[in-house]
Formats: sequence, C-alpha cells, structure tokens
Amino acid sequence: MSTEVAIAGVGMHPWGKWGHSFVKYGVAAARAALDDAGIPWADVELVVGGETVRNGYGGYVAGSTFAQALGWNGARVATSYAACATGAQALDTARSRILAGQCDVALVVGADTTPKGFLAPNAGERWDDPDWLRFRLMGMTNPGYFALYARRRMDLYGATQEDFAQVKVKNARHGLNNPYARYRKEVSAADVLNSAIVSDPLHLLDICATSDGGAAVVLTSMDYARKHGLGQGDAGPVRLRAISTVTPTFPQAVIDMPLFSTESTHLTGEPQRTFKESIADAAYEEAGLGPEDVDVAEVYDLSTALELDWIEDIGLCKRGEAEQLLRAGDTTVGGRIPVNPSGGLACFGEAVPAQALAQVCELTWQLRGQAEGRQVEGARVGITANQGLFGHGSSVIVSV
Amino acid sequence: MTETPAIEGWFTTGSEPALLGSGCTECGNIAFPPERDFCRNPACAGEAFEVRELSRRGTVWSYTDAQYQPPPPYIATSDPYEPFALAAVELPEGLVVLGQLAGGFGVADVKVGSPVELVVETIYTDEVGPRTMWKWLPTESSEARASDRGDSSGQGPATSKGESA
Ligand SMILES: [Zn+2]
Repeated sequence: MSTEVAIAGVGMHPWGKWGHSFVKYGVAAARAALDDAGIPWADVELVVGGETVRNGYGGYVAGSTFAQALGWNGARVATSYAACATGAQALDTARSRILAGQCDVALVVGADTTPKGFLAPNAGERWDDPDWLRFRLMGMTNPGYFALYARRRMDLYGATQEDFAQVKVKNARHGLNNPYARYRKEVSAADVLNSAIVSDPLHLLDICATSDGGAAVVLTSMDYARKHGLGQGDAGPVRLRAISTVTPTFPQAVIDMPLFSTESTHLTGEPQRTFKESIADAAYEEAGLGPEDVDVAEVYDLSTALELDWIEDIGLCKRGEAEQLLRAGDTTVGGRIPVNPSGGLACFGEAVPAQALAQVCELTWQLRGQAEGRQVEGARVGITANQGLFGHGSSVIVSV
Repeated sequence: MTETPAIEGWFTTGSEPALLGSGCTECGNIAFPPERDFCRNPACAGEAFEVRELSRRGTVWSYTDAQYQPPPPYIATSDPYEPFALAAVELPEGLVVLGQLAGGFGVADVKVGSPVELVVETIYTDEVGPRTMWKWLPTESSEARASDRGDSSGQGPATSKGESA
C-alpha cells in the first residue's frame, strides 16, 4: 500500500503584525492553496484546522471556524493542537484519512494572531503549573532556555556569538525576496552583536519575534492527483513522504521549556539519542531516506544558535560541526545543503499553528523550482523540523 | 520575620539545604519536582513516592542570565531591577535542575562543568513575610567574589552582564 499523498496546493498569508482575526489569515491562505491546486472549495472533503490557544474560543475550534468562513460545504472537520508541531499533526490527520481511502481531497489550515509584547503565562495564580511557576520562582523566560542551549554550544564546541550572528545574516539574506516574510532587510553581524543582550549569550536579534500569519496545504490521494493531472508535467506533484510527530522517550534528559528539570537517567543510563534527534530519525525511517538524501531543510530557528543544534539533530553533520558548515557557506542558498532558504523564523517570527505548515509550503515551492530569489537549484528532497512545548515536535519529508 | 520557602515541599532550609525529590516506591525512579501522581518510568505503574533529598552539589550543564526584567508572575527582588543569572545543574542522581545563581554571581563566574552548591536565598516578600528559593552557589575560582559580595542572603547585582555587553 502506498504511504504517499500528493501536495496539490500550498498558500500563505504574509506574516506580519496586521491586527486582524486569525480567521482572515487562514481563509486567505486556504483560498491561495486551493487556487494553487486548481481544486474548487466545493470538492474539499475534509478540513483540518491547526488551533491556537492564545486567541480564546475561536482558536479552540479552528477546523470548523475555517470551514464556516469558507462557507459550509459539508466537509468533515478536525482540529489539532500540538504547540509548534500543530501544522504537522494536522497534516498527519489529513493524510491518514486519505491513505485509509476515506477521502481524496483535504485542506489543512493554520493561522495565528499573536498578542503584543512578551509571551507570558495567563493571569491568575497557578501553583501546580510549571509554566507559571518557572516565571514566579526563577524568572525563567523562553529566551532563557534558548540561551542555555546556545551557551552550551559555546563551551563545548567553540561556537561564538559571531557564529550566531552569521546565522541571522544568512537567514536575513534568504528572506529578502520572500514575499511572505515579515522582515525583508539585510542584517549585518554588527547589527546583531550591537543589539542588546537579552539572555547571555543571545542578543535581541538572535531571538525570533512572534507574528500574525496563516498557511494552508491541500493534500490529495496519488490517484486523484494522477486523474486530474496535478503537478508539473511528467514530474507530477510534490509528494509527502513522511510526517513524524513522535513524543519523547523516557528519560527526557535535555532540559526543556517550561520545565524545572530533566528526567533522571539513573535507572536507564544516558539515552542513545535526544528527543530532537528522534523526531528526525522517525521521519527518515518512514520515508526510507537518510540525511545524505536531503537537498534543503527548513528548521525551527527560535534562536540563531538553535538552527545550529537542529542541523546536527537532523543528521546533516556530526555533533559540534554545524559551525563549520555555516562558516563554509554550506547552509547558504547556493551552498551544499541550504538551511532555511525561506529566511526561517528570523524573517517570519513565529505564528505557532501556521509555522509547521509554512515550512512545508516553502519546501513545496523549492521542489517545484518556484522559490524565486531564494531557489535551491535542483532540490529533490526536503525536510522540516520543529519542537514545541509539552513533548510536541515534528518533522516532515517531501520529495519530487 | 520568619523566612518561608516560596513553594512548599520542594526544598529544605537550614545550614545544609537540599532539594526534595521523590523516589518511586516501585521502581526507585528519582524525580524533581517531587512526583505526586504517576511514576514517569514507562515500565512502571507506581503511584506511591517517598521523599528523597537530592545531592546538594552538582556541576553546571549550562547557564545564562536575564538582562531584562521577566514578565509577571515574576516578582523582582529589587527596584530598579537588577539582572540575575541562572544555571542548569547536573546532579549525581542523573537529572538536571534549573535555578538562579546565588546573588552577586553572574555568567562570568561559571563554565559548563563548574561545581556549584545549593543555597537558599530570599527572593521576594509577600503578606506572609520573606519568601525563599533555592539557588546555585559557584564553589570554585570564585572565592574572592564570594567574600566581597557581602550579605550571604545575596541580593546584590550580578557581577557580569555578558561578555560583549
Ligand atoms: Zn516507578
């Protein structure tokens, strides 16, 4: 039995701080994806919405909210929440129903409107909630966790703040020509290093912002794609080869936002791989591919330093060698293995339920040769990776 | 006024304070913060735990600081705000526990692998009185700083604000 489905269409609403309802971004992205696929809304049999938990009632019922906004067409509906992996989990739900033969066309939508200012816990005293307690008892912010990982790279592998700044320089250049990116401006290493330190060793410009945005993907069965002649000529459509949404394996031995501690290794010894490594491993296994097959990657650069961690987590080089790839220009468009050709979170800012879908949109354009101004020439296989709160993470592999 | 822990049952006070972890009575798995409901070990269905004091000494896994005042529910120790440092510390029990560095210490005072020791300091005062929290005190190559940081309740400014600040 085939485990592949076709990516028939992709679409996005530009990221920014627009101040509209998340529904507006989601509908715009959905219409763009349907146009891209050449499939009318009336033919969509399943809508899966990626929900946000910061926007009240409307966010919690994302699937039906998008379906209603597009005009009830009788489609079945589902809603996913998996923190930063929300979009991938929503894709996985759509894929399952298609592969089970229960539908041919599914629309997956994620969109978010972010609050102004710091991301902070909801009001009220919650003495049993680690996300509340970490602020109250330690003043531990999200950048604080990113900074722990960054500092460890410096002490263990000799990374420098200049290296981190160069990740921002690279991604800013990549995003210059991306019409969906929020920030489209060259940034110099000096700009990064002269920006205020938020959590040592990370500067303000090392840390991604939060944004409004929306992204959508139309999936179809391979049969449907063939019958309707989807895709570009002989090449056919971009194919979804793997979606990994694995949870961690005990013991989770890397300190993880928003927790106070890791799980103890004293019963088991050090685990063979980290949670982030296992996310990509599961995707490779499902696709029957390996890191050596990958031409382009979109990874979750919540901080510049985190991009370097991800490059190793998804196996593009050995632990501690990502700075060498960066310094050699390997991860720049035109290099050996470009990373974040979209400009990444550095140029987008995070719109949580849309972000994992935005990664898939970018890879689809890359594999079709439509990523104007940031095209990775000849890309045939792409991988995404992200990790979010509460044991959520995802990796998606696509190929032509 | 009597000082009381900002959270009950997570650490002891006194001259040799320690974190209070939990030990699963079925499989022995150690957890911090103390487990109350379900053992984390997937091979164990244990739901009963004994209190287990964790080692007071460990080594730094990584470290950072907070140059800007964190948003509520954080309560600043001083006005105006003084940055503080944080460390994730590996304990012999095989787990890593976060905490602020003791008052007066900054990121320049530790490296990955530096030894630290658990201390208890006041972090804010509420209607009950002064509230305390565990912190990590660097114990190597910082003797000089320790002696000139004054009051050991430690609410002084961080000594360093990042290497390129
Ligand atoms: Zn147990």
